[in-house]
Amino acid sequence: MSKDETAPASLNLGGTDAETHAAAGRDVFGFWVFLMSDAVLFALLFATYGVMLPATAGGPTPASEYKIGPIFAETLILLTSSVTYGMASVAMKHGGAQRVIFGWLAATLALGLLFLGMELHDFSEMFSHGADPTRSGFLSAFFGLVPLHGLHVLAGSLWIVVMMVQLRVFGLDPRVKINLLRLGLFWHFLDLIWIAIFSTVYLPGLIR
Amino acid sequence: MSAPVWPALLGRFAWDSLPFVRAWQNPTINELIGAGAAAMVVVGVVFVVLLLTRLDRWRWLWSKWLTSLDHKKIGILYVVIALVMLARALVEANLMRLQQAVAIGNPGFVAPEHFAELFSTHGSIMIFFMAMPFLTGLINYLVPLQIGARDVAFPLLNAIGLWLTGAGAALMMVSLVIGRFSTGGWSGYPPFTEIGFNPGVGPDYWIWAVTLGSIASTLTGINIAVTIYKMRCPGMTLMRMPLFAWTSLCTAILMIFAMPPLTIATALLALDRYLGFHFFTNALGGNMMNYANLFWMFGHPEVYIVVLPAFGIYSEVVSTFSSKELYGYTSLVIATMAIAVLSFTVWLHHFFTMGQSPSINAAFGIATMTIGVPTGVKIYNWIWTMFRGEVRFTTPMWYALAFMMTFVLGGLTGIILAFPPLDYVVHNTLFLVAHFHNMLIPGTLYGMLAAYTFWFPKAFGFRLNERWGRISCACWVLGFYLAFMPLYVLGAAGMARRTQAVMETAYRPWLYVAEIGALVLFFAFAALIVQLWVSIRQRDANRVFPGDPWDGRGLEWSTSAPPPEYNFARRPVVDQPHWFFDAKRKEAPYAPPAEYHDIEMPRNSAVAPIIGIASGAVGFALVWHIWWLAILGMLVVIGTVIARSFVRDTHRIIPARAVERTERGWLEAVAKARPIPREIETSPANQGVALVTR
Repeated sequence: MSKDETAPASLNLGGTDAETHAAAGRDVFGFWVFLMSDAVLFALLFATYGVMLPATAGGPTPASEYKIGPIFAETLILLTSSVTYGMASVAMKHGGAQRVIFGWLAATLALGLLFLGMELHDFSEMFSHGADPTRSGFLSAFFGLVPLHGLHVLAGSLWIVVMMVQLRVFGLDPRVKINLLRLGLFWHFLDLIWIAIFSTVYLPGLIR
Repeated sequence: MSAPVWPALLGRFAWDSLPFVRAWQNPTINELIGAGAAAMVVVGVVFVVLLLTRLDRWRWLWSKWLTSLDHKKIGILYVVIALVMLARALVEANLMRLQQAVAIGNPGFVAPEHFAELFSTHGSIMIFFMAMPFLTGLINYLVPLQIGARDVAFPLLNAIGLWLTGAGAALMMVSLVIGRFSTGGWSGYPPFTEIGFNPGVGPDYWIWAVTLGSIASTLTGINIAVTIYKMRCPGMTLMRMPLFAWTSLCTAILMIFAMPPLTIATALLALDRYLGFHFFTNALGGNMMNYANLFWMFGHPEVYIVVLPAFGIYSEVVSTFSSKELYGYTSLVIATMAIAVLSFTVWLHHFFTMGQSPSINAAFGIATMTIGVPTGVKIYNWIWTMFRGEVRFTTPMWYALAFMMTFVLGGLTGIILAFPPLDYVVHNTLFLVAHFHNMLIPGTLYGMLAAYTFWFPKAFGFRLNERWGRISCACWVLGFYLAFMPLYVLGAAGMARRTQAVMETAYRPWLYVAEIGALVLFFAFAALIVQLWVSIRQRDANRVFPGDPWDGRGLEWSTSAPPPEYNFARRPVVDQPHWFFDAKRKEAPYAPPAEYHDIEMPRNSAVAPIIGIASGAVGFALVWHIWWLAILGMLVVIGTVIARSFVRDTHRIIPARAVERTERGWLEAVAKARPIPREIETSPANQGVALVTR
């Protein structure tokens, strides 16, 4: 196989050897496969949510709990964080300065943390008027699905911190580049999941 | 239950959590059996520790095995786990059969709760800690060799998978010594396993042991799939891969997609038990049928995860020992893929009696019967491979033949169960138990044992004793028929599965026969151990260092036995499916390479043992509500992963001179060995080089 076939499209490894390219191909492909497996987790939780939607057990309902304002803001924040991460990727690919990449990562991290803070605030508000997971099957399914996405964002944020440190320690060596690419896939994947949450959990809940 | 000893430090551990204390307080046979089993675990661990200390092998164990990232060593360790766990689960099976044979019209000697623990551990171990590690170990060992690679795609991830599996298996063993195991069966159905009915530690042991195994298998699946897609040697197109590599690929894909449902099922059950969620409870909108769906969305593909690798093994074995190319290779590949896809469409047949509409049952019943078609294709392929071949009846071949007969029988009873109206009649009876043992014993265990016998010389450099191999095989087959054919009769007569005491005296003769069968199966395992012992003692007479004792076909036979750490001094280039087999007949397969190069291999790493031990500790801590340990363990896991990402020096170089020395030594041995014809391949004359007629 030629170099062009094995190298991930969005990675600029520069003049490294063929084995580094092959390894990068493996690493990135492996991460795609992992994301597919992770997507199955979410798919099953979406299905569970759908099945348990009517099981409110006389307690809070979607319409009584979901607030479009903060949810919409969270959606915009998360989508923007994907844009900032994309800027980091572009800078990495086209040989941008390290501090540029660093800055975009920092912006992504800030947006991610802001999202998490807002989400936590939503949850605590739900808890404060008795809409907690022990109340009903519906709320169990909600708190099984949405916070799992939040946990992923938290893990992604931790990962961004680690990568920012590695950027300082190692500079842009092939492993940092590959891991930034994988982190990007992860971050955009979480966006995708959030869009699904927004449009199958929150929006239908509010329409009803 | 007595009061917890020290809740802040030890969680809900109380003195009567120990079976020894229970047996002291209440010395019945039932409690003594529990204490005896716990004592065996303790004595076993102490014995191994003393042995290692006595032989001064700790450093050897750590640096050569436990921290090694060599896929071959990881594969062997997986098989070791599987054999240890097989021994335990087999003893449990014998205990259950003995109890049922004794407890006809009386309570017997095993109390109901204990009996329930026995069938729960037996099933959980046989699936998650016998079949899964066994096949994962074989895939690990063989696939890189078969596709001409030096290692798997992610060696460290591979080791982490091994250690997580080990942690799960360790939790199963610890449950014998501290506390009790679940009484909820291997499928752990709520609401019985919910906190309201089962507040003890049992279901928690099950949840965390299975979750560790499940995560490990997901990681393994990713690793194997990427290895096969990305690391085949030049010329090794997908349709030139040995069939075992194909079935491994399908199994890996199934693992990637079918393990997450299990993880979700156990995680949601844990949320119910630990945080008071209502996923599967009876009250407040919980719905246990969701669990049945989630569990069997894993559970049915799981059947093919454990069966497909065996299909690959039989393909290799039948073709090698019939001295013929595999008949209908392409159709076998298509059939394998078809089975893998169809396996996701039939999960509902595990609960036809849930109460859904007949049309849904009909759809799933038809889908179930459809799987019989590609499976039938495979059986014909193997038969046609033997047809007009020079069949040699070695031990692996006997396993393959026994499999073909027995598996077809089990498939036919599967078709019976696939009819929803018939399933209503026999569901939850011993008929079902007989059916799935009839699939899994030939479909997995025989395959694993055939592979063990077939590739053992490759892994260790000497052949296994043929006589004891055949004795063991004969016992596995005879024991299976004696133990499970009566269960068909009992099931059809209405005897429920998982029955601790039997009230119907007419069942007596059948239960006696089944008990004899269980004993024969136990003897089969004993014969396997004797075979290993005898073979190790006679190893010098049976060495096959040149590496090709059976006139093999795949690339794995073109290396020394055992293969060097780097597998291939130069990456093989193949131009056809049975390159090595044909090279032996046409050209010189053992030609030294023009020049030797440095080879880069992964360095040993303590990361996997640390993560495995910490994860096991997290599992144990969650079972016993030892919160400080659970948090500490999680922090260790996360910290280790982050720290590892800062390690840049992960490889070491094997210098060209060392490679050359190894290769020259091997090629000299090849030149010195006397090629032998197939007729005497099971005699000590077999030095690992095949005599071929050009």
